[in-house]
Amino acid sequence: MDQFLIATITGLSTAGIFAIAASGLVLTYTTTGIFNFAHGAVGMLAAFSYWQLLDWGLPTGVAVAVVLLVLGPLFGLLVEAVVMRGLFDAPETSRLVVSVALLAAALGLGVWLWPVDESRPLDFWFEDNFLGILGVRVRWHEAIAFILAVVVAIGLRVLLRSTRAGVTMRAVVDDRGLASLNGARPGRSAALAWALGCSLAALAGILLAPAQALSQQTLTLLIVNAYAAAMLGRLRNLPMTFLGAAVLGLLDSYGFFYLPTDGRFGPYLSTFRFAIPVVVLFIVLIALPSARLRTNAARRRLAAPRPTWFTAGFQAAAVVGGAVVLAIGLSDADALRAAKAVGFALIALSLVPLVGWAGQLCLCQMSFAAIGAVCMGHLGQGGNPWALLAGALIAAVVGVLVALPAARLTGIELALATAAFAVILDRWIFAMPDIHLWGMTLSTFNRNPVPVDRLSLPFAGTLTTKGLLVALAVAFALLHLLVVAVRRSRAGDLLLALRESPAACATLGIDPAGTRLAVFAFSAALAAVGGGLYAGTLGSISPSSFDLFQTLPLLLLTVAGGVAASGGAIFAGVVLGLIPVVGATFAGIAGLLGILPGTMGATLGRNPDGVSTQLAERLAPLRSKPAVLAVVVVVDVALALAWANDVLGGWEASIAAFLLPFLAARGVNATRAPRTARLADPLDGLEDRRLGPADVSAIDEALALAEVTR
Amino acid sequence: MTDPPALKVIGVTVRFGGNVAVDDVSLAAQAGAITGLIGPNGAGKTTLFNVISGLQPPTSGAVHLEGADVTRLPTHKRARRGMARTFQRLELFGILTAHGNVKLAVDVRARADRDIRAGVNADAEAYALLERVGLLDLAHMRADSLSTGKARLVELARALAIRPKVLLLDEPASGLTEEETVQFGAILRELAGEGMAVVLVEHDVSLVFAVCDVVHVLDRGALLASGDPSSIRADQRVLDAYLGDAGVPG
Repeated sequence: MDQFLIATITGLSTAGIFAIAASGLVLTYTTTGIFNFAHGAVGMLAAFSYWQLLDWGLPTGVAVAVVLLVLGPLFGLLVEAVVMRGLFDAPETSRLVVSVALLAAALGLGVWLWPVDESRPLDFWFEDNFLGILGVRVRWHEAIAFILAVVVAIGLRVLLRSTRAGVTMRAVVDDRGLASLNGARPGRSAALAWALGCSLAALAGILLAPAQALSQQTLTLLIVNAYAAAMLGRLRNLPMTFLGAAVLGLLDSYGFFYLPTDGRFGPYLSTFRFAIPVVVLFIVLIALPSARLRTNAARRRLAAPRPTWFTAGFQAAAVVGGAVVLAIGLSDADALRAAKAVGFALIALSLVPLVGWAGQLCLCQMSFAAIGAVCMGHLGQGGNPWALLAGALIAAVVGVLVALPAARLTGIELALATAAFAVILDRWIFAMPDIHLWGMTLSTFNRNPVPVDRLSLPFAGTLTTKGLLVALAVAFALLHLLVVAVRRSRAGDLLLALRESPAACATLGIDPAGTRLAVFAFSAALAAVGGGLYAGTLGSISPSSFDLFQTLPLLLLTVAGGVAASGGAIFAGVVLGLIPVVGATFAGIAGLLGILPGTMGATLGRNPDGVSTQLAERLAPLRSKPAVLAVVVVVDVALALAWANDVLGGWEASIAAFLLPFLAARGVNATRAPRTARLADPLDGLEDRRLGPADVSAIDEALALAEVTR
Repeated sequence: MTDPPALKVIGVTVRFGGNVAVDDVSLAAQAGAITGLIGPNGAGKTTLFNVISGLQPPTSGAVHLEGADVTRLPTHKRARRGMARTFQRLELFGILTAHGNVKLAVDVRARADRDIRAGVNADAEAYALLERVGLLDLAHMRADSLSTGKARLVELARALAIRPKVLLLDEPASGLTEEETVQFGAILRELAGEGMAVVLVEHDVSLVFAVCDVVHVLDRGALLASGDPSSIRADQRVLDAYLGDAGVPG
C-alpha cells in the first residue's frame, strides 16, 4: 500500500510537469494554428541554460527568473518573428516541417553549446526538505511542480476566456482576416502566444531536469511525452489535456514501480516504461474519431516536377557516372563515406512519394529503414541481395500497419503517430532480447549491435568498398527511375490530387485512406531497401543508427533539397556526406554543422519548393540545346578525369564541374532571342495620377477590350 | 409502382454545438429533373450538400440514393454509386491541367466499374467532356491558372466524368459571364434530358427559375417553401426572406 501511495504521489508530480508542458503546446496551437514540435527541445534548452546560470554562480531564484521571464519568452519571440510569421498561408506539411526543423535546430544548438561528454548534475529545489503527505515523504520540488500545474491551469483559463489578449488570440486563429478587420493585430497576438508557450516549456524543462541526467535527447523526449496529454484534448481542450497529463504521469510512475525487471517477462517489459507515454499517444491517436476530409485550404501550391524519360535517364546516368569517377579518384576510406552518403540518399528517396507528392509527413522513415537493415543483417548473411526484398516486403506490411490507424488522421496527428511509432521501436522493441513464439524466433537487435555483411552480387562476388559505392549509385539510379515511373503514371497524379484536396478526391470515388495506405507501403518498402543497402556501408548496426533523431535530418534535408523530386534525396545525401568532411577540414565550425539540417528546414517558409527544384529550373535551358549539353558533359568528365589523375585538386575540380552547367544554361538563355515582344503594361506610369478618358481608352485598347457603351 | 426518387433527403438535422445549421430538412430530387435549392447566405445549403455527399455526418436523418440508404457510406462509396458534386470554393487539383483533372476522374471510374473496364480511352473521354463544357482549347492549361468561371466548368466536366446519376452543383454560375451562364443553363437542361438528377444550389435566381423544375427554399437551416418556380416566385414568405424584388415578375 505504501508503495502504491508513493507511486501515486510521484506520478501526480510528474503529471504536473507533463500538464505544464502540454498546456504550453495547446496554447501555441490554439492561438497560432502551428503545432510546435520543438516544444520539447525548448524545454531542454531552458534546462541547460538554467544549469549554466547556476554554474556561473547565480542564486537559484534569479536563475529561474532569468530563464522563465527572459530567455524563454525571448526565444519564443525570436522564433515567431524569424521563422513562423511567414507561414500562416503555407500548406500544412510546410508548417509541420518547419516546426520539426526547429526541433532539430534546437537539439543541434543544445549539443553545440553543451557538449555531451560532460556531466551536469542539477539539484532539486529545497534539496533537503521533505513534506509529509498521507505518511509519504514528498520532495518540496515535487509538491511545487504539482502546485505550479494547478496555477498554470487556472491562469490559462482566465487568460483565454476573460482577457482581451486571450480572446484576440482565439479570434486570430479562427479567422485571421476577420479578426484583423475588427482591429486585432495577428502578429502581436502570435508573438505573445509564442512567448508564453516557450516560457511554459522552459518551466517544464527546469522542473524535469533534476530527476534526469542532463541529456539533450532524453530531456527532449521526456517533454515530447507531454504531447500525448495534449492530443487527448485534440490540442484544443485544456481540461482534457490536464486529465491526459494525470493519466500519463500515473502510468509512468506505476510502470516504474511495478513493471517486472526480471523473470520470464522482465527483459521484454523493463524497457516498456520508456515507451508508455508514446504507446498512450499512439492509442489516443487511434481512438480519435476520423478527421473530416480536408478541402483545399492552402493558398500556396508546391511544385511536383514531372521529368521526361530523357531527363530522368540523364539524371540516372549522371549519378552512376559521378559514383564511378569518385570510385576512381577517392581513397577507400573516403569512398566508404561517399557510399554512406548514397545509402542515406537511397533512404531519403523513399520520402519523395510519401511526403513530396501525397503530403503525408512521416517521422518514422528511419524505422522502416531499420527493418530493412535488420533483415539484411539476419537474412543477408554473405551479402545475399534477396534479403533486401524480404526487408522491403516486411517493411511494406509494417508500413500498412502504422498507416492503418493513421491514414484517417490529420497531418499533425499522422506526424505524431509516426513519431510515436518510431520511439516505440527505438526504446522498446529494438531494446528487447529475441522473442521466442510457437517455435519461431523473432530477432531484432537482441541488445547487441548486428553485423551486416557487405552486398555480394552474382558475377561480381562480395563487393569492394569502391564496388559498393558504384553498386549503391546504380541502385539509386534504378529506384530513381522507378520513382519517376510512378510520378508519370496515374498513381502520381492521384497522390498529388490527394495532397491538394482529399475531399474532392473522395467525391470522384477515390478512397483517400486506401490511397494513403498504398503510398505508405510503397514508401516503407523503398526505405527498407535503402536501409538494407545503407547498413552494408556501416558494417554493424545498432538501434541508435535508425532512431527518431536520425529521421529528423533525413527529412529536413530532403525537404530543403526539394522533396517532390529525387533531387531532394541527392541533396540530402550530399549534405550529410559533406558535413563530416567539412567538419574535419574546418574544426572550428564542426559543432555548428549539427544545426545545419534544422536551419535548412526552417527556411522552408521562404522557399517551399526546395533547392533542387530551383536548380533544375536554372538548368532547364540546356534541354533545348543538346549540343551545349553534350559539351558540358564532356568538359565535366574531363574535369573528373583530371582530378582522378591528380592534375586538379578535388575542391577546384568539383566546384568547376558544378558551376559549369549553370554558366552554360545562363549563356543559352542570354543568346536566345526573345520569342515575343513584351506586352506593353497598360498601367505603366499611371499609378500617381487620376485617370482621364484617354487613359481608359488606352487601357481598353491594350487589354483588347470592346469599348464600353455609354 | 413508381421508381424511387434518385435522391431523397429524410429529416436531416446538423448541429454544430448549440447552432442548428440544418433543421429537419426533407426533400427529393427526381431523375431527369433539375432541383433548385436557394436561400440567403448561411441558410445551410452547403452544409446540406456536405451531408448528402458524405463530407459531413448528420446529427440525425438519412440520405437515400436510388432507394438505398447511403447515410453511413463514406463519400467515395457514394461517388462510386453515382453521386457527383462540385464545390462552392473551387476544389480543382491546381497542379494538374484541366485535362489532367478530368482524366483522373475518368480513370478512377473506369477502374472501379469493371463492366466497362475494357476499351475505355480515358484520354479521349476527358477531351470529349471538356469539349462538352466548351473548354477544349484550354485543356492543357494548368487548372490553377484558369479564371474562376472556366475553372467551374472544368469542375463540372470532372464531376461528369464519373457518369453521375445525381449531380450536386454548389453555386456553379458564380464567376461566369452572362453569356456563359446561358450556355451553362443549356448544358444543365441537356444533362437532365439524359436522365440525370441535377441539384443546383445557386444565388443567380434568374438561372434557377429559368432551368429548374422544382425549387426548394432554405432559410436558417429549415425548409421554407417548395414548389415549381412560378409558385416560389410568388410566395410571400420567400419574397420576405430572400428574393425581395427579384421574385416579382417583370
